[in-house]
Formats: sequence, structure tokens, C-alpha cells
Amino acid sequence: MSDLVEIRDLAVTFATDAGPVRAVDGVSLAVHPGEVLAIVGESGSGKTVTAKSILGLLPETATVRGAVVLRNKDGGEADVAQLSGSRLRQVRGRDAAMVFQEPSTALNPVFTVGWQIAEGLRAHGRLSKKEARAQAIDILRRVGIPDPETRVDHYPHQFSGGQKQRIVIAQALALDPGVIVADEPTTALDVTVQAEILDLLRRCRDEFGAAVVLITHNMGVVADLADRVAVMYQGELVEQAPVRELFESPREPYTQQLLASVPRIGEGLARAEARAERRPEGWDDQEPLVSATDLRIVYPGRFRQPDFVAVDGVSFAIKPGEVLGLVGESGSGKTTIGRAMAGLTRVSGGSLSVLGVEMNGARERHIRPIRSRVGFVFQDPATSFNPLLTIAQCVAEPLVVHGRAESSDDARARVDELLEAVQLPRSYGDRFPHELSGGQRQRASLARALALDPELLIADEPTSALDVSVQARVLDLFDELHRELGFAALFISHDLAVVDMLADRIAVLHRGRLVEEGTGAEVLGDPKDPYTRRLLASLPVPDPVEQAERRAQWQAATS
Amino acid sequence: MAAPASSRRPLWSRLPVIAQLRQSVGLQRGMLVTGLVLTAIFVLTAVFAPLLAPYGFAQLRGPDGPFGAQQPPSAEHWLGTTQGGYDVLSRLIWGSRTALLVIIVAVIASLLVGVALGLIAGYFGGWLDRVLVVVADAIYAFPSLLLAIVLAIVISGGQSSLWGGILAAALSITVIFIPQYLRVTRAEVIRIKSEAFVESARVIGAGHVRIMTRHVLRNSTRTLPLILTLNASEAILTLAGLGFLGFGIEPSAAAEWGYDLNKAMSDVTSGIWWTSVFPGTAIVLVVLGLTLVGESLNDLADPRLRKRAAGAEPVEDLGVDPGPAADPAMATTPETTKEGVR
Repeated sequence: MSDLVEIRDLAVTFATDAGPVRAVDGVSLAVHPGEVLAIVGESGSGKTVTAKSILGLLPETATVRGAVVLRNKDGGEADVAQLSGSRLRQVRGRDAAMVFQEPSTALNPVFTVGWQIAEGLRAHGRLSKKEARAQAIDILRRVGIPDPETRVDHYPHQFSGGQKQRIVIAQALALDPGVIVADEPTTALDVTVQAEILDLLRRCRDEFGAAVVLITHNMGVVADLADRVAVMYQGELVEQAPVRELFESPREPYTQQLLASVPRIGEGLARAEARAERRPEGWDDQEPLVSATDLRIVYPGRFRQPDFVAVDGVSFAIKPGEVLGLVGESGSGKTTIGRAMAGLTRVSGGSLSVLGVEMNGARERHIRPIRSRVGFVFQDPATSFNPLLTIAQCVAEPLVVHGRAESSDDARARVDELLEAVQLPRSYGDRFPHELSGGQRQRASLARALALDPELLIADEPTSALDVSVQARVLDLFDELHRELGFAALFISHDLAVVDMLADRIAVLHRGRLVEEGTGAEVLGDPKDPYTRRLLASLPVPDPVEQAERRAQWQAATS
Repeated sequence: MAAPASSRRPLWSRLPVIAQLRQSVGLQRGMLVTGLVLTAIFVLTAVFAPLLAPYGFAQLRGPDGPFGAQQPPSAEHWLGTTQGGYDVLSRLIWGSRTALLVIIVAVIASLLVGVALGLIAGYFGGWLDRVLVVVADAIYAFPSLLLAIVLAIVISGGQSSLWGGILAAALSITVIFIPQYLRVTRAEVIRIKSEAFVESARVIGAGHVRIMTRHVLRNSTRTLPLILTLNASEAILTLAGLGFLGFGIEPSAAAEWGYDLNKAMSDVTSGIWWTSVFPGTAIVLVVLGLTLVGESLNDLADPRLRKRAAGAEPVEDLGVDPGPAADPAMATTPETTKEGVR
């Protein structure tokens, strides 16, 4: 059988304010029937644009050159790049369908999910309402929604994130298309849910016979699901190979670098041991900088809604110079704890003492004296800088506020020192935040947090908005700075592998409760709590052979 | 690469309106240019009124004796004379001066007060915010012209000197506009307040005043230029409305289009068109000009509404392109691409 999709010498150009920008340049790809082709690359590599061109979903500002030939199951073919209007609509859904990144925005909140699935069916064939509904129920059952007869009439908000993604996939499968394009289908989901969705996508291939074009930046997902991998970099196709071959012997230097920068569990053990050795005697007996006992944080409910307990009875301690990694899925309360430590969120119960100040019931003027001793690195480097100030002004801000310098010009010498410490050229101080890349901005953010030589650093998912290779560099920098400056840190992340690289001890949060705490070796090597075990098991390993084994174990455990 | 390139351009091309003019294409550019031309004519007329106007605004007689009332357009009086015996062209030109002064006073006063109140309400929230918003809503609930009439009487106390009249008109407009600035600034401040960079300033330990002025205020004034232009056109309409209803400025104190229209009402039925058509057209053109500027600034500020020059092919292969847009351009593609998609 011939290829389902054949992309020949595709070039896509966008008209932007700064003039035309070439997003994809000379890409040729083919999707074989019944395979999962993963397109991987970092942000801006053109992977999403390439995939969207398969369905002709590019915006008006895009100019497409080259051919995107889509063959349907009956053998007919069409060049999507040339189609328009009604012909394009015929092809969409029937020959190729799309699964979007964010399931909560891909579904229309004011229609029932059954209606939304039926809409696609009725757009392509003469079906009565009853038949469409029956088919919708059938497809919902096949993607694993329990009790589809009732659930078909429910609205999107009545489903969990993972179920919503199942419904989006059901919508894509409804017309039995030859190709499903999945754009980062699991990025918005938690690890444990991700494993289930990956399993469903695998069933799309095995049971529904659809080819899947999987766009992702997560090498673990690739190792888990893909049959063949295409690596893209700066709009060009760098390498194409079967998955095992690519992971075992990547040919291109870019692919090698990409694979090397993926964090793997177990790598941090040596670092943690080295850190433990460096510690002076009597370290164990030192008073902790931060100690929480039965910490409870409640967000008051509105309009007679019950209160939301974000953090419930959590106890932990951070000693001087120690890095505590806080891991959990979204909604587990990990960010809330970090914000409470910085005095950004009120503590509702229990005790949280930070550098000797009790945060429960503390007012701003009690907290202000310790502000200069606590640094904070925010998750999103794009929004954590005032866009109207230069990097030097932003980094100098803490120095000026705490009276260490008269003005930002006065602080420039120290700012230059700090920028050098985080490996940014001095000249970057005169740039504005938007002129820096995400990784550079996050390094500047680290410089700002360290400007006052804090004893405690709170890092709230500092690398989750960054590409893998950039993340690796920022994590190395963090480790290096920690060695030199010796601050204590709370490192918050949803990624076990990232936390493992940096933390001395790891605390696992689940729905506001601390389920397990211990050294990296204890928590990751021999997890006691069933939730930690599940978390570890669902984390895909960036190695197709090992991941296949793990998957078999995971499936045995869940079924 | 869009942003870094823009900061390296000369200063003049980054000034508010000029930057948008450079950015615009097609119909949007046409609208903006039309609006700017009309506004420029209006402002220039106002500034050079003493040079342009053939007679004074309150002048009733020339060297050859009185002008005479309701004279049709002629060589001496290009646009004729009014019922009161004034020269229509001169009143038209001098009237632009009154209008401009009222706009300037009204917009500056409402901008200062409205933004300050909006900043305080949005930043601190709580009961102060609630009180301010309720007051603003109460002012909204009044018909604005009625409010302006009441205020005009209160402020001027029936007097009708030049500045008395201008201040009365301007301040009554100010009171109507303050709620708009307050709400827009407040909404913007509430949004900015939750941004990570404001939180990071809080974590650093910066005080409220410093956060408000250095971090919040400058970031929340983005939408003001366009409300400003839209309000300027509304200010003209309110001023003309006040004048038309007889709460404006006496003809001996200053020229005012609304007043002239009021006096021209009875002329319309007797076929004397020149006394009403010209002041009316002046009002329409100035409002049109300012509205066009405001609307096109609004469209250009929104990347979803902004039109861009159609996607020409980039200067052949980007890799070979020696220009500054070679490699970094590709690195920043995600932002630009996503903006396009939105």
C-alpha cells in the first residue's frame, strides 16, 4: 500500500510585523499506513506547522509552497496545499483528523460531547440524529469512556482532563480517518494520565488501523509510542529513522545533543552523594531554615461553594544548604507551598516558619525583613520580567529596594557580576526582556533571585517552560551556583527526573498531602507509597527498549 | 526578531502614532491617514486661527460698516454671515480654537484623575475599589448631556467668559469621562497585578508605591491613547451639544460651533443654508477624523485585527541571507508563528 501522506519539499512562510519569516523549509516526509510517526523538535522547529499543513490548517498569513498529498482509504488522492473551501472540508475529518494539545479548549463548552462528535459525522454523511448518536456512543465506548449511554449527553466540564482528551480522540476517530495528527496530545496532562492517553493512541493504530502523526518534544513519549521518528530543527528536517535506531545510534550531532540533554532518573544520585560529602560536620544538628508542621492552606470557596483545601497537613524541613525537591501533579499544592513560603499566599493553619518568621498570620511588615534573604524564581520566564525595564534594571531591582544601591546604574557593577555568574554576557544587561530567549531570561531570573545572596531560594518549576536542551543547561547552572553559594532551596517540579538531578531530598505531594519524603535514593529507588510507585511507573523512559518492558509491567499492574 | 529590530530603529519611528502608521497596510492605513489628515487640519486651523480668519469671532462691522445679517456667500464673506451678523468663516475658524482648548483641558483633566483613581482602585481593591466603582457606575447611569448641563451651570454660574465657558464645558466633560479612564485603568491594573513580574517585585520586598509606579502604572497605560482619541471626538460632540442647548459660550466671548448651529435653526426653514451647513460639517469632519484615528489605532493594537503585508517570499534562502534576520529569526519563530495563528 502506498503512503497515506506524502509531503514534498514543503516550505511555509508567515507574514509577520517584522516581514516574512520562513517557518518550514524544504521538508519532505511520508507517513506509511498503520505507523506512528513522531515529529520531534524544540519550540520553533516547525514541527507543528508541518503537521498542521497536512490538514490545511495554517492561518491566512501563511504562504505554502510544495505539495502535501493526502491519500484516502479508497485510493483517491488530493494535494492539500492546493485545495480550498469545500474540497478541503471534505478531506478534513474523513481522510485526516486532528487531536489538539489542550483538551479543555478543543471542546466547545456549551454543547454536549455527543453533539460535538455527531457534528463531524453529520458533516460528512447523511445520518439521522439517532444514527449519529448511536455512533457517538459506540465511539465513546471504544475510547474507554465508562457508561457512554449517559455520558454522551454530558458537557465537557463534567469530564476530567484525561477523559476530555479521550473525547477529542474519539472525535478524531469518528470518521475512521487514515491519519490522525496529534499535536502534543499529552503535554497538558499529568504523567499518570499521559500513560493512559498514550495507550489509547497506540490502540488507534492497532485497533482502528489509523496512522498517527505525533508531534511532541518529550523524548519519553516518543520512545513509548513511535515507530519512526523525524527530527526537526529550525524549520528543516535533520534526521529520520526508526525509533530504536534513532535512540541507539543517532547520526546527526543535533539529535545526539537532544538525546543527551533529556534528564533520566538515577543521574542525580552521584551529585547528591558528592554534595553530602562536602557538608561540614555537625550539619545534621543545625536548625532548619524552613520548617512546616501540619501546614494547611485553604482557598475560600465562592458563592456557597465549599472551600478548596490546597495543602493539608504537610510537614517538612529544609536545613541550610539543602535542596528539597517538591514533586506532584497539577493541583497537588506544590506551587501553593512555594508561594506560602514567599509570603504570596496566606497560611490557614498549622505552622510554617521561614528563617525564623512564623508565616501563619504574619503581616507584610513581619515578612519584609526576611525578603532580602529569600530569592524566588518563577515558572514562566516570559512574564516574570517587567517588559519596560532592561535586564540590568530588573536584576538591580532587589538591590535598589533594599537600599544596597542608590539606583540601577549605581548597582551596575554588581549586576554585571551576577550576569557573569549565570553565564550571560554583560552587554545583555542593556537589552529588554523580550530580546532574550526563554533560557536566557530564566538565567537572568536566577541572577535576580541571587542578587542579595539569599540563604533560601524558591524555584517554582523554573524549567518547565523551556526546551530540553535549554533545560539541561539551566539545571547545570543551578547546580553549579548551588555548589558555589551554598543556599538552601525548595525546588518545585512536576518532573521526577528534573528533581532527581538537583535535590538532596524529595517530597512527593498528592492532592495536598505529603505521601512520601526521603532522599533521592529512597524515594526513587525504593518507593513505599503506592502513588509514588504509580508516578514512577507511568513516567516514560527515553529508551524504546526499556520503555517497552516498563509498559508491559505497567499494563500488567493496571489491568 | 520583530521586537529587537524595532528598538534599534530611530526614535521618531517608534513614537506612538508614527509607529502604527508604519505598521499599517491597506484599508487600515487609508483610515488612519484620513483621520490623521483631518485631525491635522483641525489642529493647524486652531493654532493659526488669528492668521487664517479674515475677521474676529465677535466682529460685526468691517471698514465699510456693518456686515449685515444672513448675507449669502460673497467675495467679502466667503461663507456668508449669520443671523447675528457675524462672518461664518471667521466663526468657523475661531471655533476650532475653542474646540481644541476644550478637548485638551477635558482630556488631560480626566486622564490624570481617572488614571490615578483607577490605579488606586485596581491595585488596592477592597472597599475603596467598590466605592469608586459604584460612583463611576452611578455617573454612567446619568444621561451624560444632562450631567454636563448641570455641571456647566454649577461651574460657570451663568457666566459666559471665554475661560469660564471653556472650563465649564471641559470640566463637565471631564466628570463624564473619568469613569471611563477609571474602569479601563482599573481593569488593566487588575490584570497586570497578577502578572509574575509584579509578584516578583513583591517577593523582592518592594513597597506599594514603588510597585504601583514602577511596575504597574507604566504597563497598564497601553490602551489609553486610543480611548483618548475616541474621547476627544466625544468631547467635541458634548461641547457642541451644550452650545446647541444654550449652555455654551456667548458669541462675544468665543466662537463655538454648537451655539452657531442653535442660532441657525430658524434659518434652515427659510432657505438660508450657509449658516448651518458649515458649522455642522466642521463638527462632523473633526469627529470623523478623531474617530478614524482612534478606531484604526484600536485595530492596529490588536494583532488579530491587524492586517499585514501579504506574505512575500523572504529574500531567498534565509540561511544565505547576510542580513540580521538570518539565524535568530528562526529562533524566535514560535512567537511570531503563534501570533499569526491567533
